[in-house]
Amino acid sequence: MARRKPPLHAVHEDRGARFTDFGGWDMPVEFDSIRTEHSAVREAAGIFDVSHMGEVEVAGPDATTLMQRLTTNDVTALDPGDSQYAAITDAEGVMHDDTVVYRLPDGTPAGEAADGRVAAGRNGDEPAYLFIPNAGHDDEAYARWVEYRDEHALDADVELTTGEWAMVAVQGPDAPELLFEATEVGSEGIESTAGGADAAAVRDLSKFEATHAAVAGVESWVARTGYTGEAGFEVLCPTPDAEAVWDAFDCQPCGLGARDTLRMEAGFLLSGQDFDPDEEPRTPYEARIGFAVKLDTEFVGRDALERQKEEGVDEKFVGVRLLDRGVPRGGYAVTDGPGGDADDAEDGEETTGAEIGHLTSGTMSPTLNEPIGLGYLRSEYANAGDRVGVVVRGEEKRAEVVIPPFIDT
Amino acid sequence: MSFETPDDRRYLESHEWTTTDGDAVRFGISDFAQDELGDVVFVELPDAGDEVTAGEEFGVVESIKAVSDVYAPVSGEVVAVNEDLFDAPELLNQDPYGEGWLIEVEPAADADFDALLSPDDYRDQIE
Repeated sequence: MARRKPPLHAVHEDRGARFTDFGGWDMPVEFDSIRTEHSAVREAAGIFDVSHMGEVEVAGPDATTLMQRLTTNDVTALDPGDSQYAAITDAEGVMHDDTVVYRLPDGTPAGEAADGRVAAGRNGDEPAYLFIPNAGHDDEAYARWVEYRDEHALDADVELTTGEWAMVAVQGPDAPELLFEATEVGSEGIESTAGGADAAAVRDLSKFEATHAAVAGVESWVARTGYTGEAGFEVLCPTPDAEAVWDAFDCQPCGLGARDTLRMEAGFLLSGQDFDPDEEPRTPYEARIGFAVKLDTEFVGRDALERQKEEGVDEKFVGVRLLDRGVPRGGYAVTDGPGGDADDAEDGEETTGAEIGHLTSGTMSPTLNEPIGLGYLRSEYANAGDRVGVVVRGEEKRAEVVIPPFIDT
Repeated sequence: MSFETPDDRRYLESHEWTTTDGDAVRFGISDFAQDELGDVVFVELPDAGDEVTAGEEFGVVESIKAVSDVYAPVSGEVVAVNEDLFDAPELLNQDPYGEGWLIEVEPAADADFDALLSPDDYRDQIE
C-alpha cells in the first residue's frame, strides 16, 4: 500500500528532511539532527508536523453517550473548549489506542469542524466532539464508533476527517509567545477576532483547553496540549492551509525522531509500541494511566478494569536508567539485577538475574545524556530506586527504576 | 547530498572503511554511514589482542535512533582501540575518517584488500 503523505510533504522535502514510514504515513523523522531538534524544544521552541494523527468528529443528541461508552475518561466533565486524555479499551480492558478528546463548540456538525467558528451552531445546541486517534488507528476507531452507535441505536453522526485536517505542534518554553504572535492578526472573515481577540483567547488557555483562533489568518483549532513535556500548543487547521500555518512559526522544524526522544523523557506512552492489543496487550492500570480511567462512568472495558483495580496489577509501566554504559531499547529483558558487582557485568558474565519484565522503548536521553528506557516490570520491582538489570545484547547492565517523567515537566 | 569518500581507503558494502598501508590498518565507518545513523551516542569495540574476521561483526555503533553492527573489512589482530569514542562518540559524526576511527588492526597474512570495494565502487553504491 502506498504511504499517505502529509500535506506539508513537499515543504519538508525542500527543507532536506529525512523521511520514515510511521503508521502508514511518510513522515519527516529528522530535519537536522535529533539532538539539535530535541534541544531546541527543551530550550526554546520547535515545530512538528503531526498531520499523521487521526481525526474523528462526533456530534448529535447522543454524542456524549457515544463518547462516554467508548473512552475511559469522563466526557461529561468537558465543557466546550475543554479536552481530556483517555484510553480506548475493549471488553477485557485492553488498550487499543490512547487519544485526546476535545469538546467542540455546541452545534458543530460532525465533518464540518474544520470550517471553524462559522460551523458552530449549525446544529443547534447539540454536543460535538473531536478526538485524535494515533497514526494508522483512525480507521479502526471510526469503525468502532459507528458499530457501537448502530448496535445501540444512538443518535449521533460520526465522521472520519483525518484528510481534512493538518496538525502541527509548537512546543517548548518559547512556544506560547510564538502562538500569541501568530494569532494576533485575527481572521479576515470574522469581525470578533479583530484587535487581538484571538491572541487573548489563546493566552487565556490553561493546559488541556482549546479554542478556535485564526493562526496567520487561518481559522484553526488551537489546543494547549502536546507530547513533549514542555509548554506548547497543537494547532489543527484545514489541509489546504497547512503551509501558511507551518510558515507562521519561526522555530526549529522537528521530526518524529525528536518527538520520540522527547516523549520518552516525559514518560508518555507510544501507542503500538508501549501498548498494542496484539503485541503488548496492556490495561490503563498496567500502563500507569489510571488517572484517565473513571470507573463511575459506563464504558466498554469498565467491569474488567474495576476487577483489575481491586486485585491489583501484576506488572507496571516504569522507567529505567542504566548505570553502566549501553543504550536500552524496546524488547530488551529486565532482570532482578546482575548477580555480582558492576565489574562482573562489564566483563560480560552470563546473565544471572531472573527475568522480571521487559522494555518497550529506550534511547540515550539527549537532555540528560543518560541511557533511559520504558517498559513493564513485575509490580514488586516497580518502585523508584529499585536496582534491576537490563540485558543488552546478552550482557546484563546495572539499572535503576525511575518513575517517569525523567525530566521536570 | 554528497558524502566524502577518500581515495586512500577501501570499503565494505556495509559502509565500513579500512586504510591499506603500513603494518597496522585502521577501520571506521563512512561519512554516508554516520549521516544515516544520526547522532552517535554509544560505541562498543573489541579489546586490543582480540582477533577480528573479515566480514564478521567486531563492534556496535548506536545512535539515538538505531543500533548498527560494524563489520571487519579484513581479518587480523586488534592492536589499538579508539578509546576517545567512549567519552565522545560524537567524533564518529564529526570526523568519521579521522578522529572517529574505531580500531587499529594488524592484518592477517592472508588479508585480502583487493576483495574490498574501491572508492569508485563504493561511491556508485551510495549514490
